[in-house]
Amino acid sequence: MEKTLNQKAWFLVLPVFLLVAFSAVIPLMTVVNYSLQDTFGNNKFFWAGLEWYTELLHSERLWSAFGRQIIFSAIILAIEVPLGVFVALNMPKKGVWASLSLVLMALPLLIPWNVVGTIWQIFGRVDIGLLGHTLAALGIDYNYTRDPLAAWVTIITMDVWHWTSLVALLSYAGLQSIPEAYYQAAKIDQASRWSVFWFIELPKMQGVLMIAILIRFMDSFMIYTEPFVVTGGGPGNATTFLSIDLVKMALGQFDLGPAAAFSLMYFLVVMLVSWVFYTVMTNLDKKAGY
Amino acid sequence: MGWMAWTLPTAIFFAVIGALLLIMSVLAIRYPETPRMGILRMETTRGDRLFITLLGSAFICLAWLGLVGENLWWALGICFVYALAVFRWV
Amino acid sequence: MSISTAPRRPWINPKALVMIAYIVFLLLPIYWLINMSLKTNEEIISVFTIWPRHLTFANYKTILTDPAWYMGYVNSMIYVVQNVVISLAVALPAAYAFSRYRFMGDKHLFFWLLSNRMAPPAVFALPFFQLYSSIGLFDTHIAVALAHTLFNVPLAVWILEGFMRGVPKEIDETAYIDGYAFPRFFVRIFMPLIASGIGVAAFFCFMFSWVELLLSRTLTSIDAKPITAVMTRTVSASGMDWGVLAAAGVLTIVPGALVIYFVRNYIAKGFALGRV
Repeated sequence: MEKTLNQKAWFLVLPVFLLVAFSAVIPLMTVVNYSLQDTFGNNKFFWAGLEWYTELLHSERLWSAFGRQIIFSAIILAIEVPLGVFVALNMPKKGVWASLSLVLMALPLLIPWNVVGTIWQIFGRVDIGLLGHTLAALGIDYNYTRDPLAAWVTIITMDVWHWTSLVALLSYAGLQSIPEAYYQAAKIDQASRWSVFWFIELPKMQGVLMIAILIRFMDSFMIYTEPFVVTGGGPGNATTFLSIDLVKMALGQFDLGPAAAFSLMYFLVVMLVSWVFYTVMTNLDKKAGY
Repeated sequence: MGWMAWTLPTAIFFAVIGALLLIMSVLAIRYPETPRMGILRMETTRGDRLFITLLGSAFICLAWLGLVGENLWWALGICFVYALAVFRWV
Repeated sequence: MSISTAPRRPWINPKALVMIAYIVFLLLPIYWLINMSLKTNEEIISVFTIWPRHLTFANYKTILTDPAWYMGYVNSMIYVVQNVVISLAVALPAAYAFSRYRFMGDKHLFFWLLSNRMAPPAVFALPFFQLYSSIGLFDTHIAVALAHTLFNVPLAVWILEGFMRGVPKEIDETAYIDGYAFPRFFVRIFMPLIASGIGVAAFFCFMFSWVELLLSRTLTSIDAKPITAVMTRTVSASGMDWGVLAAAGVLTIVPGALVIYFVRNYIAKGFALGRV
């Protein structure tokens, strides 16, 4: 649709602008201020300069949390995106079964995140959980509170359980927009299942997959509640991701200065990634002719 | 405002950012932005280039702190060169 | 080339098999939660049963009669509803502006909104705590409601903009020619046209505010403590009351499960910020 130039439209946007400025700009300014100072409580601050940044940039703790975070996001993307696309390809196209599978698949998406944690905390326990009990009965040594590998497997399975449906539902929406004529043409050409996927379905899903990857990357990059409930970041620091570490520092130890410097660097990385994705997304939109 | 812990350097920092935004707005009114294709193979406007400059500068300064050391004035110099490059070619 | 004959239909559809396997994988943990909520603690700890041997609703009764538990639901409901109202009230005009007009800085503003949806709540937890403490709103419902606008306002703007783009512009122009002023046109004519969009946006604001834990826990202590925080804190205090914990979890799923059918065709749109 052709949009008209109208500077008065700013008045319509003003409430959003003010509200978001209040909830985003003021906190971010505060974070910048804190990150350069030291405090011993009582709102008394001392200039610390760039000390916290230098310290954090050389700290083992931050870099290992960052490394775990990257590995976690990479693993869940590598599982959830192909699995989600695969599920979407197998979803019924219309009718009662389509509605039913939509509703059932969306269920995990609507569960409060700490309840997701609680569900898997219970499900994985060897004494009372179905998964843990079954694994133990099969003779597999599995204990997510003691064994880092088991903790990782539990958290990744939980995330796959929680979010794969999102990728599937988005891909499904992309698939729905393919006209039936395309499939018929492919049938006449005796195209294989694989080439139908590669030349017809995948290009049509490109846009939605981009969004799905963006959202899954960002949300997994700031994951806090679910692993916090299941493992509390342990055993040791094995599942301490960036947000868990930051909250520990900011609200647990109330180290305002280092926590603020940490926050800012975290925020900058997020800004960079979401900008790159956003640019690619809008360029794709332009190509598609929106 | 006590809880926000303002200091002179951070106040100056935000004043500079605010002034930049103000200048860009005035410029946008006087000379409307026209997108152009740069070396990144994408369309950018003046505002986009300012954003790329600021975000990139933040990373340059962090890299300097992490790899070289305290004296950020040199990093600021690099940021300035980077800014010129962005506004010229991107 | 021989003429291909239609392959013999297998007696069970492989597509259906994949779907059944996937949905069983999704439902099994939820089933286990419901199963536990209907057992007594003795049964949970002493024997391993696939379904409750002594069916009991005592866990639900505990939650619905103990104010420490049910006030958690009430508090959550209050700030969630406040959040939905605030988010929609500010997002509606803004989404209209984005869908109809070009104006200075519109693209940058749109990206700025997105960046707030992408920002980690952990970054904002500490400054929000300081901010709302300093203006005397700590441990109030409105503080949580305002904090959640950080990600819900962008979400609502994006979803509503997606719906509004589908309404032809001629409708606006005809109404203005007919002498409608903007506010009257917007409320009387335009809002009914995008009623389903408003419903979807409201649902997603509700959902994202309902599922969030970190900010709502940080900004409350007693008077406005949400159910999610009640759950995490009571776990350790009451010596692992698994049955009640499971029942509390089941009750938090109910609101979403009740309305999910009505928004089933918009789930993808909502989670994808209106861009599907």
